[in-house]
Amino acid sequence: MADHTVRAYDQELEALGRKIAEMGGIAEKMLSDAMDALANLDANLARATVACDVRLDVLQRDVEEQAIMTLARRQPFAADLREIVAAIRISGDLERVGDLAKNIAKRALKLHAETRMQRAIVGLKSMHETAAMLLKDALDAYAMRDVERARQVWTNDVELDALEDSVFRDLLTFMMEDPRNISFCAHLLFVSKNIERIGDHSTNIAETVVYLVTGEVLPMDRPKGPSPASDFPQPSK
Amino acid sequence: MTAAAFVKNELPTKIAVKDLQFFYGDNIALKHVNMSLYANKVTALIGPSGCGKSTLLRVLNRMYDLYPHQRAEGEVLLDGNNILDPRQDLNLLRARVGMVFQKPTPFPMSIYDNIAFGIKLYERLPKSELDGRVETALRGAAIWDEVKDQLSASGLSLSGGQQQRLCIARTVAIHPEVILFDEPCSALDPISTAKVEELIDELKENYTIAIVTHNMQQAARVSEYTAFMYLGELIEFATTPQLFTSPENPRTQNYITGRFG
Repeated sequence: MADHTVRAYDQELEALGRKIAEMGGIAEKMLSDAMDALANLDANLARATVACDVRLDVLQRDVEEQAIMTLARRQPFAADLREIVAAIRISGDLERVGDLAKNIAKRALKLHAETRMQRAIVGLKSMHETAAMLLKDALDAYAMRDVERARQVWTNDVELDALEDSVFRDLLTFMMEDPRNISFCAHLLFVSKNIERIGDHSTNIAETVVYLVTGEVLPMDRPKGPSPASDFPQPSK
Repeated sequence: MTAAAFVKNELPTKIAVKDLQFFYGDNIALKHVNMSLYANKVTALIGPSGCGKSTLLRVLNRMYDLYPHQRAEGEVLLDGNNILDPRQDLNLLRARVGMVFQKPTPFPMSIYDNIAFGIKLYERLPKSELDGRVETALRGAAIWDEVKDQLSASGLSLSGGQQQRLCIARTVAIHPEVILFDEPCSALDPISTAKVEELIDELKENYTIAIVTHNMQQAARVSEYTAFMYLGELIEFATTPQLFTSPENPRTQNYITGRFG
């Protein structure tokens, strides 16, 4: 698209894009570090991951403030308006991804004291791989303004839902096998929920990218996997 | 490409412009314009200077007839009747299609007479009834409270914003069906602008409105439909939310986002 007549306007929008890119990088790194910390029960890495979250929060505030200033100053329309709305939304999603990764890191710290149970973490690793891929694709779709890629993220999230379901069953089995696993596995249940939520935020970002590029809003009913909660043992009457 | 611009819906059309071309001498100012003004809706016309939006407005009540060497081709149907027909009674037409200009144009007479003058051209009313019509018009233009104690003062003594609302009152007084606004707020401060916009919002209950404005935020605020014109062509005509959030034509997009050459 051609440049704005007012050059400062272009600079403001570019600055927003750069900040989102930086937030995306931090969020991706926090997620992979948190999962490494969990797999290796690495307390130092976990603490470093927790500390990273502050930067993400600061960036999100920056993006919001700047977006509001641009709205007030330029009263943007059409593609520009969508650009700014997208920046506000995506920064919110990435900030939440950071919070969820931080929560995983905190749990890694707590699990430090527990007995290890590597086989319980295997499922989480593949969940993590899927979620990291969704997040990366969503961020790439944003950077490249790639609607097709965004649509794929939107549909592929269903895989993550399926994985969460199988992790849930595994963890339930381990807890039933030996009550001493309960504390460990309960933490891992939360971790799996966190990863699943990161997938949701990635699809949010993907939806926003579609809106940003086309002005279209994707339908409300995204393809969804089975809900693990439906497998809870029902109380007998 | 000619933008054959009809928004798909079932709204009653007040004015239908069909294949309209307009010439200033040998220069063509409007090229095959097709559009509708829907009844009781506000339609905004936007576009850069010289794009033909004011020309289009001036065709809708044949204001151009006042000047030699200007002519229109095509059809402009007001309730189905072609007003470009040479047999069209122009006084009657301008009573039905009123116009408010960019600069306030009060007559050099009292506030009361500014309003009464137009009514007297079309109707003979007893004094008491005339008083009522003047008051209703001034109320309708949201200026009554400010001028009710000085109706005999000169219309020129009012502030710019008040003068503009006086002109709107003058237009409303003769009960038109359509009101054309040609950049009605470009000489007004933000408070007067807000009052005029509020007024437009109220007026659309009874009138069909077209407004030419350079202020796109204003177009977005007051109108339900927006037409974007460029170099005498109608480029895009859509609902206002559609046009300002996801315009279809790249030229519309460039214009409303401030990317024009």
